[in-house]
Amino acid sequence: MALVGPSGCGKTTLMRIVAGIEIADSGNITIGSRNVTRLRSAERNVAMVFQNYALYPHLTVRENIAVPLAMRRLSTWQRLPLIGGIIPGSSGKRASIETDVIQAAESLGLGTLLDRRPGQLSGGQRQRVALARAIVRHPAAFLMDEPLSNLDAALRVQTRREIVDIHRRVGAATLYVTHDQSEALTMADRVAVMQAGKILQVASPEAIYHDPQDLRVATFIGSPRINTLSAQADSAGRVHVSDAPTGLHAEPGSLILAVRPEDLRLSPNGIPCVVEGIEFLGESLLLHVRQSSSGEPLVMRLPPELSRPAPGTDIFLAFDPKRALLFHTDGRRMPSRGHIGHAQELALV
Amino acid sequence: MSSAVGLGAIKVTRGAPIGEALAGLMLTVPAGLAYLVMLLLPTMATILLAFTDYELGLPDWNWIGLGNFTEMFEDRGFGVALRNTIIYVGFVTPLSILLGLGIALLIESGIRGRATFRAIFFLPVVSLTVAMAAAWQYLLHPTIGPLNGLLRAIGVSSPPYWLSSSDWVLLSLSAIGIWENIGYNMVLFLAGLTAIPRELYHAAEVDGTKTWLDRFRLVTWPLLGPTTLFVLTITMIRSIRVFDTVAVLTQGGPNKASEVLLHTMYKEGFTFLRLGYSAAITLVFLVMVLGLVWLQTKALDKRVHYG
Amino acid sequence: MDKPRERSFLADTPRLLALGLVGLLLLMPYIWMLSASLKPLDELFRASLSLWPERFHAVENYSRVFSQVPVFHYLWNGIVVCAGILFFQLLFAVPAGYALAKLRFPGRDIAFGLVMLGLLVPPHVPALPLYVTFSKLGLLNTYAALILPFTISVFAIFLFRQFFRALPDELIHAARLDGIGEFEIVWRIILPNSWPAATAFAIFSVVAHWNDLFWPLIVIEGQARATPALGVLYFRSDEAGDDFAALMAAAVIMTLPLVLAFLFAQRRFVEGIATTGLKG
Repeated sequence: MALVGPSGCGKTTLMRIVAGIEIADSGNITIGSRNVTRLRSAERNVAMVFQNYALYPHLTVRENIAVPLAMRRLSTWQRLPLIGGIIPGSSGKRASIETDVIQAAESLGLGTLLDRRPGQLSGGQRQRVALARAIVRHPAAFLMDEPLSNLDAALRVQTRREIVDIHRRVGAATLYVTHDQSEALTMADRVAVMQAGKILQVASPEAIYHDPQDLRVATFIGSPRINTLSAQADSAGRVHVSDAPTGLHAEPGSLILAVRPEDLRLSPNGIPCVVEGIEFLGESLLLHVRQSSSGEPLVMRLPPELSRPAPGTDIFLAFDPKRALLFHTDGRRMPSRGHIGHAQELALV
Repeated sequence: MSSAVGLGAIKVTRGAPIGEALAGLMLTVPAGLAYLVMLLLPTMATILLAFTDYELGLPDWNWIGLGNFTEMFEDRGFGVALRNTIIYVGFVTPLSILLGLGIALLIESGIRGRATFRAIFFLPVVSLTVAMAAAWQYLLHPTIGPLNGLLRAIGVSSPPYWLSSSDWVLLSLSAIGIWENIGYNMVLFLAGLTAIPRELYHAAEVDGTKTWLDRFRLVTWPLLGPTTLFVLTITMIRSIRVFDTVAVLTQGGPNKASEVLLHTMYKEGFTFLRLGYSAAITLVFLVMVLGLVWLQTKALDKRVHYG
Repeated sequence: MDKPRERSFLADTPRLLALGLVGLLLLMPYIWMLSASLKPLDELFRASLSLWPERFHAVENYSRVFSQVPVFHYLWNGIVVCAGILFFQLLFAVPAGYALAKLRFPGRDIAFGLVMLGLLVPPHVPALPLYVTFSKLGLLNTYAALILPFTISVFAIFLFRQFFRALPDELIHAARLDGIGEFEIVWRIILPNSWPAATAFAIFSVVAHWNDLFWPLIVIEGQARATPALGVLYFRSDEAGDDFAALMAAAVIMTLPLVLAFLFAQRRFVEGIATTGLKG
């Protein structure tokens, strides 16, 4: 499960509440079937990977990975330096900790780095030590707070796959916080979109993209942003954009119509627009246009081999009504009934 | 519309342009001259003086080799001063560091009253040392001092004479020294504490630390290592320089019981005008300070910096 | 987000109590100093443990200090000396720090090595030859004798160099492109962008020299050029004798200026000492 939202929306706070680092004013937190709301962080059996990894700089890789095990399996006395070793039972426990540490380290390819300190490791290696420290104790849940944000682009894609792989192997519930929608969409089984302290929608990545229940979800997910057009439904429920019928139906009144850039097409009898600029992205072209009547800006994605209209040219845009989304003006999704019976795509106007 | 930017063949020279080199020299010359006249030459002169029998006012002087040093180590007074200085450092350093650290941890562990307490503990650092020494003299006065008043009130029949007792004088001066240094050390520890990433404490919690002591041992103490080492060195260097309180309160007395290195150096040099001998004591002092710095950089630095 | 949550007052009580107690203990010299400066002498000699005077004698004690001791003269000397020292320290150290941080010139590494070497030498070491020189030049008992030895602060050079190095090179390149000369860059571009370092150093320097006793004791005799520290010392040995009430009044007066300055700019003081401390 990925938690995605713009920075400052409260996703890190939510994760810390789940981890037990911060206290919720109200509400309950359950992990599995266990209510952990009143438990301390240490008792919740969750592991967390921090944005800056939070490795202990004075400990070696081996010692870093061993910390959560030592804290759980050894008593306070057994953890003391020098005396700790003589206390009965500690040597056996230490040996079992060592075995688990090496196993966790090997599974992440850290076998040769065990005696280094975090300061001697690269960003990617530190990242893996943080992961090893999390998986070593087989927690009930993993929490990951923007774990990839400090890696460079190439490493990010690689680590992304490693994390998915670990998740599949370990099988524990994972809460993954990110501001990067592509991470959320590619890695998660379910995505929660959060904004201004509220979770707006929880659904599969496909449903989040194609079937957002809130305008804010629709505009946050997808790049470039989804196009929004102000529209009206007349007394018969026919939806119009700039007085032109769209073939969609809704309750009478003002509403917002949203279409993704890749769902717009050039069509001789579409909405009249003026070209403002073109961006070449390699695999496609982005056409920035402005609607002639209302002045609303639109972006459309075109195949790159198409001939490029010059800025200032008048063009006409159309879309498939099946792919258009309707929202109330307050942002709630509106069921669009219009395309029932219109099996073929309808160009508007 | 837009003017073109042309890139012809450009050669880059590594060395500094003449102008920059000239400006660099010009800007360092005033400081360099002052350094030469006020620091370098006098320091070298002190080193040379230490091997002469120069006395201010006497017409001639001689090189006497290690004469001053042999005299010094035969002189009971110097031995006492050296011993007293080491005892003083031995009291002031650990106690002012422990108290400074304890107070810094207490202040840092909450929000309420942070600025107020920080100001209270820092006050001695900005107070005129001589004036506060006078206040301490009153506080510790054998007959009219509030401390002995309190001790008598709780039933101590003959409380110590503190600054006028050869048994207690060094302890009393150390107490004042600790009082002076706590605030300074506290501020340094507070700076060190705020530099510890909060994420590490969160990681420690998730990793299963349950008590304050666990977190202190896993995160605070190791990450405070460089600060502690620095505070240790700076406190030792500061307390090895003890002079003001001795000069104001005891002048080394009673019976040399509070004689310390710098006060001996001051007396020999500026009261008896035996500059050669005084310079030799200064040299011993300098070597001790350099020894402490060396200890910091060579012996300990590697253990507390995690590269 | 990272700040610890404000605890309830009750949960915070042990911490406040511990800090309060230690704080009170630390403030004892101040409390008794103030108390004694308000009492008549006979009350002091009875060694009563009451902080509050039975008879107020503040006016007599303080007026005795002001009538017998040129208090304002001492304070003025202190200001002149501290200001003079700070002025020259900045005048020499700021350009040198800039050159060492941002300019390439022959001998730069040697110069920086000398700075590091100078950091190791306590000011007591060059004292003897400086005293001899000043006495030969007839400079004893002058402001010059008090100020000159401290005009060069290797610590200031070091501090400014470290701070200037962190300033972006673009700042200097932009100034050069605008046709500003190196001397002007130092004072009009670099220094205004370095106020944190400059104030930190200024506070460090003033606190150190206002409180210094060692050097003034060596080069000054008599009241004419005595600093506040010397003033208290003189009053203690000559005038006051066993008059602790007046002595405490004198101590209060001399301590007050810097303490007041500290209380007004508390944060700056603490930060100043912390930054200069950590870099030294």
